[in-house]
Amino acid sequence: MRQNISTLKGIDWFTVILYLILVGFGWLNIYAANTDPEVPVFFDMGKEYLKQLVWIGFSMVTIGIIFLTDSKFFVEFSYIFYAFTALLLILVIFLGVEINSAKAWFQVGGMRFQPVELAKVAAALAIARAMSRFQFSFNKLEDIARLALLWVTPILIIILQNDTGSALVYFAFFIPFFREGMTPYILLFGFIAIAVFILTLIIPNYSILLILSAGLFLLMILRKHLKESLIGLAVAGVSYGIGTFIFKTETGETNYDMALITGMIAASLTVGTIALLRQFPKIGVYLLLFWSSVVFAYSTDYIFEEVLSDYQRSRILVLMGLKEDPLGAGYNVNQSKIAIGSGGLTGKGFLQGTQTKFNFVPEQSTDFIFCTVGEEWGFLGTSTVVILFVILLMRLVFLAERQHSDFSRVYGYSVAAIFFFHIAINIGMTIGLAPVIGIPLPFFSYGGSSLWGFTILLFIFLKLDTNRTQLIR
Amino acid sequence: MGNSNRSILIILFFVLIGIIFIIRLFVLQVVDPSYKYSAESNTQRKLTEYPSRGLIYDRFGKLLVSNQAVYDIMIVPREVAPFDTTDFCNVLNISRPELDRAYEEMRRNMRSRRISSFKPSVFIKQVPADQYALFQEKQYKFKGFFGQRRTVRKYEYPHAAHVFGYVAEVNEATMQRDPYYALGDYTGISGIENTYERFLRGRKGARYVMVDVHGREKGSVRGGRIDTTAVAGKNITLTLDIDLQAYGEELMRNKTGSIVAIEPSTGEILAMVSSPGYDPSLLIGRERSRNFPVLSRDSLSPLLNRAIMSAYPPGSTFKMVMGLIGLQENVLRTNTPYSCSGAYHARGLSVGCRHHRSPVDLIPSLAVSCNTYYCIVFRNVLDNPAHGSPKAGIEKWREYLNNFGFGKRLGSDFFNESRGFVPGSGYYDRIYDGRWSSLTVISLAIGQGEILTTPIQMANMTAAIANKGHFYTPHVVKDIENDTIPSRFEERHHTGIDPIHFDPIIEGMEQAIWSETGSTARIARIPGISISGKTGTAQNPHGENHSIFVAFAPKENPQIAIAVYVENAGYGSTFAAPIASLMVEKYLNREIHANRKWLETRMLNIDLINATKH
Repeated sequence: MRQNISTLKGIDWFTVILYLILVGFGWLNIYAANTDPEVPVFFDMGKEYLKQLVWIGFSMVTIGIIFLTDSKFFVEFSYIFYAFTALLLILVIFLGVEINSAKAWFQVGGMRFQPVELAKVAAALAIARAMSRFQFSFNKLEDIARLALLWVTPILIIILQNDTGSALVYFAFFIPFFREGMTPYILLFGFIAIAVFILTLIIPNYSILLILSAGLFLLMILRKHLKESLIGLAVAGVSYGIGTFIFKTETGETNYDMALITGMIAASLTVGTIALLRQFPKIGVYLLLFWSSVVFAYSTDYIFEEVLSDYQRSRILVLMGLKEDPLGAGYNVNQSKIAIGSGGLTGKGFLQGTQTKFNFVPEQSTDFIFCTVGEEWGFLGTSTVVILFVILLMRLVFLAERQHSDFSRVYGYSVAAIFFFHIAINIGMTIGLAPVIGIPLPFFSYGGSSLWGFTILLFIFLKLDTNRTQLIR
Repeated sequence: MGNSNRSILIILFFVLIGIIFIIRLFVLQVVDPSYKYSAESNTQRKLTEYPSRGLIYDRFGKLLVSNQAVYDIMIVPREVAPFDTTDFCNVLNISRPELDRAYEEMRRNMRSRRISSFKPSVFIKQVPADQYALFQEKQYKFKGFFGQRRTVRKYEYPHAAHVFGYVAEVNEATMQRDPYYALGDYTGISGIENTYERFLRGRKGARYVMVDVHGREKGSVRGGRIDTTAVAGKNITLTLDIDLQAYGEELMRNKTGSIVAIEPSTGEILAMVSSPGYDPSLLIGRERSRNFPVLSRDSLSPLLNRAIMSAYPPGSTFKMVMGLIGLQENVLRTNTPYSCSGAYHARGLSVGCRHHRSPVDLIPSLAVSCNTYYCIVFRNVLDNPAHGSPKAGIEKWREYLNNFGFGKRLGSDFFNESRGFVPGSGYYDRIYDGRWSSLTVISLAIGQGEILTTPIQMANMTAAIANKGHFYTPHVVKDIENDTIPSRFEERHHTGIDPIHFDPIIEGMEQAIWSETGSTARIARIPGISISGKTGTAQNPHGENHSIFVAFAPKENPQIAIAVYVENAGYGSTFAAPIASLMVEKYLNREIHANRKWLETRMLNIDLINATKH
C-alpha cells in the first residue's frame, strides 16, 4: 500500500489531465460523427461511440494495472514483450481479417484488434532497452546492428500485412535516435531525399542538378572552403563548356544534361582530390551527399513510374497539387477540406455538422475524425486541439529530459515521437498537407486497439516517470 | 552538437509543425470561404417538383389537351449492381441497342463531368405509366435505378395540331435566355404551347433535402420551411370550336390547303385548318424523336401551318378591297357601269375576263367577277390626279391594304405568321428601273402579280367586310385562368373605309352566290342562311391554280367569316366554295341540310393529293 501512495504522489497529473481532456473531447467527436440527427438514439450497442466508451473504460483499468506494476518489469520484459508482439504481427497475416486490403486486424465477435498498436509500444520498450545498454554508442557497429534489427523487423512484417501506413510510423524512432547522438547527416540526407523526390516530379532533372550544385557550392563556402569551392566552380565551368562543345560537334545537338554532368564529375574529382590530399573529410561527406542526391534524383523518375502503384502515384500527385481529381484520388482530401473549411471560425456547434454525417468524408470516425472537430468546433476547436497536442509533446520531451535512467529517457522520446508522427500525418492529411496515410489520430480516432495502445504507450512512460530519480536498468 | 541542444531542436520542430498546421487551418476555416459554399451543395440537394401544364379547352369548354404521367428512369451510377439486362430491356420495352446507347451516353456524361456518379440522372426517358408499373414490380432487382414522375401532354382529339404546337425539352439557348429553365425541363416549342408557355408551364417547386454521399435522402432541410410547392399551369380556353375544327380537317383530308374561320365581332378564330396535318399525339415525348423526322421530310410539309405561313396571290377575292378603295377614294361610283368585251385592253396590253353580261356596275361586277371592271378601278386609283403620280397612288393603295392587315403580320397568337407581300412604289422602281405606270402593274387589280396574302389575312379581310370597316386581330386564346388575354386582341382596328361603302360590296358578295343572273358561286348556297362570298383563283406558276373562297354569314349580324384555300384545285367555285359553305353551315346550324349531303360526301371523299400524284 505504501508503494501505491508514493506512486500516486509522483504521477505527472498535468499529463494525465491532458490525456483525459483529449480522450473526452475525442469521444464527443466520435459521438457526433456517428449520430444521425434524424434519429438521435443513444443506446445502440452497434454504435461506435458506445463501443469506444467500453474501450475507454478498459483503458482506465489498464492504467490502474500499469501503475500497480513495478517499473523494472517493463525493462525486464521488454524483449519478451517485443517478441510476443512480433509473433502477433506474423499471426495476423494468417489469422486476421482483411480491411482496406490490409491484413492487420484480429476479429473476435464484434471487436477488432490491431496488434500493430501494441507492437509500437513493444518496439519503443525494446529500443529503449537496447539504447540504454552500458556504454551504448552510435559508433559501435554491434550496437547499431542490434538497434537496426529491432527497428526493421516489425517494419518488414507490417509491410507484409500490406499496412504501409503503420510501417511508416517506425520512422518516428529517428527522433530518439537523433536525441541519443545519431549523426544528423542521416536526417539531413532523409530530408534532402524527400525534397529531391518532390522536386523531380515538379521540375526537370536539369534544374535539379543546378540546384544541388548550387547547394553544394554554398555549403562549402559556409564551411569555410571558399578556395576549394571556387576551384570546383572553375573546373565545372570549363568542363561544361568543353562538354557542350564536344557533344555539339559529335552529335550535332546540345545536350545540357550530359554537359552538366560532365562538368560536375570533373569538378567533383578535382575537389575530391584536393580534399584527400589536404585531409578535409567533411568535403568528402558533402560530395557523397551530393552524388547520392544526383543518383537519387535520376532513380526517382524510375521509382515513381515503375515501383509505385497507380493509386500511390495519384495520391502523391494530388497532394502536390499536380493533379486535380476531386472525385477520384483527391476525393477523401477534398471532402475532408470541405468539412473542415465549412466549420468557419467557431464551428457549426456540437452535433450540428452536416459534412461529417452521412458519410461524405470516408472513414470519418477513424482516420478523418479531425474533420468533425473542424466542422463542429471551427477554427477555435481545431487550433485548441493542435495546441493541446503540441503541449503534450513538449511536456513529454520535458519529462523525458528529467529522467535519470537512459531507458526511461529513450522510451519517453519514443513515446513523444510516435505521438508526433501520428498527429502530424493524420491532421496533415485532413488539411491536405500530408499524403493520405491511414493512421489514427491519438485519442480521437475511433478504434479500441489504437486508444488502448496509445494509453499503454503513454502510461508506461508516466509510470517510469514516477521512478525518475532511480536508475532503472 | 550537445544532446540538450538537440532536445530543444526537437521541441522547436514540434512547435513549428504545430504553427504550420494552425496557419493552414486558419486559412482553410476563416480566410477562404470557398469550402463553405462547397459544403452547402454537398449535403443539400434541391429536388425539382415538376408542375403539370395548364389544360386547354375549346370555346364551348370541351377538354382538348390534358396531361398524362410518364416516368423517367433515373440512375445513380455508383449504386448500380450487376443486373439482368435482358430482363431490364423486357420490362421497359426497350431494345438491347437502346440500352447500350443509354449506357454509353451515361458513361460519356460521367467522363465529361456533366453528371455525377453519386447523383441521380436520367437514364431512360419517358416510360409510359403502364410500362413503369411493370418496372416497379421488379425494381428491387435493379439497384441504383428508380423512376421519377413527369407529365407529358395528352390530346383528346387528333386535331388542331398546328394550333397547339408541341412541347419538348428546353435547349441551351432557351436556358440561357430564361433562367427559369434547367436541363431536362419541358417548354412549348411552337403554337400556343409556345406563345402561352408563361401561363401554361406553371411554377416548378423545389424540395430541399439533406442527402448523404450516396445521394440518399436523409430528410428535409430546415423542416421543409424553405420548400416550395409546384404550382400547376394556368388553364387556357381557346376560341376554337373543336367540332368545326374537326369537320374542317375532315373536309380537307387528302387536299392541301387551309381554312381559317373567324368570328367577325371579336376576331376569335373558330377553326384553323392546315392540310395535310398530323395527329398531335405523334409528337408526345418519346414518340416525337421517332415521328418528327418523318413528318419534316414529308414532301407535303404537314408540319407547315399553311393558314398563317403560306402566302398566295388572293386572286378575285381581292376585288372587294379594290372596290372599297375606289369608293373611298371617290374614283368609283356604285352606279357607273363599265362595259367588258371579255378582256381589258389598253395600249396593246390585255387582261382576260370571262364572258358575262355587259356592261356591269359595282354590284354585279362582283357577282360575275369582272376583271375589266377592276382594271379600270385600279387604274383610276393609281392615276388619281389627287395624288399626282402612280407612285403616290400605289402608296395610297398600299396604305389601305395595310389597314386591312395585308403586307404585315396581323399579330395573332402565332409568332411565325407570314407577312405576305404588298408591293409599293419602291419595289416597282427597283424592278422597272423607275419606269412603270398603272398599266405595268395592272395584274394587281385582280389580285394577281406580286401581291401575296395568307389565308388568315384573307379571313380577317372578310371579317372586316362583314363588320363594315373594322376588325379585331384574329386570335385563338379566349380566356386564361385567373389572368387576362393580351390586350391587343381587344383593340378595334379600322380599315379607313367608311361603313357606307360596304353595303354595295356586301350586296355584290351576296349576289355572287344568290344572283339568278350570273352568280359565280351558286354552289355555296345554304338553305336558310344569308351567306355572302366571293370566289377566287390564285394563279400558280408551278401547276394547277389554287381554289379560293371567302365568305361570311349571316348577312345581318355576321357570326362567321371564312377563307378557304385548296391548292392546285382550279377554280374557286369547284372546291373552296363548297367547303367554305359546308363549314359555315356546320357552324351556324350544327348540321348539314339533307339537300346538301351529297355535296358533303363528295367533298369528304375527293382525293386531290393522290389523284394528282399519278
